[in-house]
Amino acid sequence: MEPITQNPSQLPGWNIDNDPENDPTYPMRTRTPDDHKGYSWERPTQQPINIEVLHSIERPNVTAVFGTSVPPSGLSGVIRRFAFKYSENSYLHWLPLLLADRVNVVEGIVEDLGHGKVPNIFAEKGYATEWKHNRTAFVAKMTTIAVVTVGSILILTRDKKKKHKYRY
Amino acid sequence: MEYRGPKRIRVTQKPMPEILHPEDAIVRVTRSCICGSDLHLYNGNVPDTRVGQTFGHEFTGVVEEIGSEVTKLKVGDNVLVPFNIACGKCIFCKQGLFGNCHEGSPQATAAGGFFGYSHITGGYDGGQAEYVRVPYANVSPTVIPPGMDIEDAVLLTDVVPTGYQAAEMGGIQTGDTVVVFGAGPVGIMAARCAWLFGAGRVIIIDKEEYRLEFARNYSKCEAYNFEEIGDPVLFIKKQTDWIGADVCIDAVGAEAAGNALQTITGRKTLLQAGSATAVHWAINSVRKGGVVSIVGVYGPTDNLVPIGNVLNKGITIRANQTAVKRHLPRLIEHVQNGVLNPKGLITHRLALEDVADGYRMFSAKLNNCIKTVLIPSTAGM
Repeated sequence: MEPITQNPSQLPGWNIDNDPENDPTYPMRTRTPDDHKGYSWERPTQQPINIEVLHSIERPNVTAVFGTSVPPSGLSGVIRRFAFKYSENSYLHWLPLLLADRVNVVEGIVEDLGHGKVPNIFAEKGYATEWKHNRTAFVAKMTTIAVVTVGSILILTRDKKKKHKYRY
Repeated sequence: MEYRGPKRIRVTQKPMPEILHPEDAIVRVTRSCICGSDLHLYNGNVPDTRVGQTFGHEFTGVVEEIGSEVTKLKVGDNVLVPFNIACGKCIFCKQGLFGNCHEGSPQATAAGGFFGYSHITGGYDGGQAEYVRVPYANVSPTVIPPGMDIEDAVLLTDVVPTGYQAAEMGGIQTGDTVVVFGAGPVGIMAARCAWLFGAGRVIIIDKEEYRLEFARNYSKCEAYNFEEIGDPVLFIKKQTDWIGADVCIDAVGAEAAGNALQTITGRKTLLQAGSATAVHWAINSVRKGGVVSIVGVYGPTDNLVPIGNVLNKGITIRANQTAVKRHLPRLIEHVQNGVLNPKGLITHRLALEDVADGYRMFSAKLNNCIKTVLIPSTAGM
């Protein structure tokens, strides 16, 4: 098969950034005299730490700046604190964090309900766009979910009745 | 916007961000984008993604307020804000590794600080909002040059430099064959930039026909559907006279399709840190002694990749989060000279209020979506 672009030199900018030195260990970092002095640089001013900030145990401190979005709280916060007792090298760091994320989703729903708000799942999941641009597949997916849900309920209900019957 | 759980995004009112550090700025967002890597968060695949966080690491805005030590910006400046939060003082910033700053993310040492990208990258609220707090305002935020289209500027915060660095890390030499896996915005830009380094042939691989067609037109490259060509590695070998490509670029990351085992273990059950199909194909498609360049994002745990072939073939793997600040002078020049046309990637413009629809559209690849830009009602332009 012949390449589609027969003469790439006709393309705007072709070859203008070519660098024969870049093969393959072009220095993408600038070596400095401080490279081997460890964690000794003059640090930026420390952002006041007036919320709980979990930090990796692979560093001695909290970075000079940090985000203040959603400090750890609730059961998910307990799990996150446990995770941060382990290094980034450990599954005991990452797997609890994934668990905490899932717990956090449930906490979010409980929080919504506690504020008298029922999450608008249809809007949050962008189903209006699915309905508009992918209607057939969307209807098929929703129908499948409905059939599986109703079927599961029927099966579970039937099993209960049988057990009840045999009890006598 | 705020994240409420996997595939759930809500528009909500949050308190105005405040200056928390002398080098902070508060920016009123004028444009923000949904990035392919946001989908890893959206799907709930990145550990320590907390309910209530605002996503968004590609944005432009107007400086509304500055901290006492900010000297580079002034109130009223139109700025583009690179996705890296970089201090400019640590050894990594001094080396030009602005994507690896050591003073931006307390929660992880492997990852630097990024806007709106879980607590692994610092726990910052992001730019898919009306206002955002921008730390280290003296370092990365850059005043948009007069005359530059704001839609070109917003794509200079991530997608253009990431595509450019993908090609740069490939060490492309004149006449090289470059294969890009993934025809999303970054892959399309990587294919376009491969020509700037002198590639002789550029091939892009994906499964979405509309994206392949877009890539053919935008990047002037060959584009093939892996659902039609059979084994993509074998296809590349045949295309390169049985040798393999000189450079392969993974521009997909954790959401890759194309291999059932990778999909089940990487995306459905999270036994891996994402599906490693693209990097797997890249390693096996590149020639002996070739270069694999990775800009696709994966999670922090482990992935199934053929590391034995890396050794046997003497492959060089190069990867990094993009050092946006390092590339900006050259890329601004390319945009101003008409060499690159970033805004040509934009296919959808939505109000910020429609962000949930934007995520669904991008995630499900609906309505021929390539790149979505969000416009807050407070943008004023």
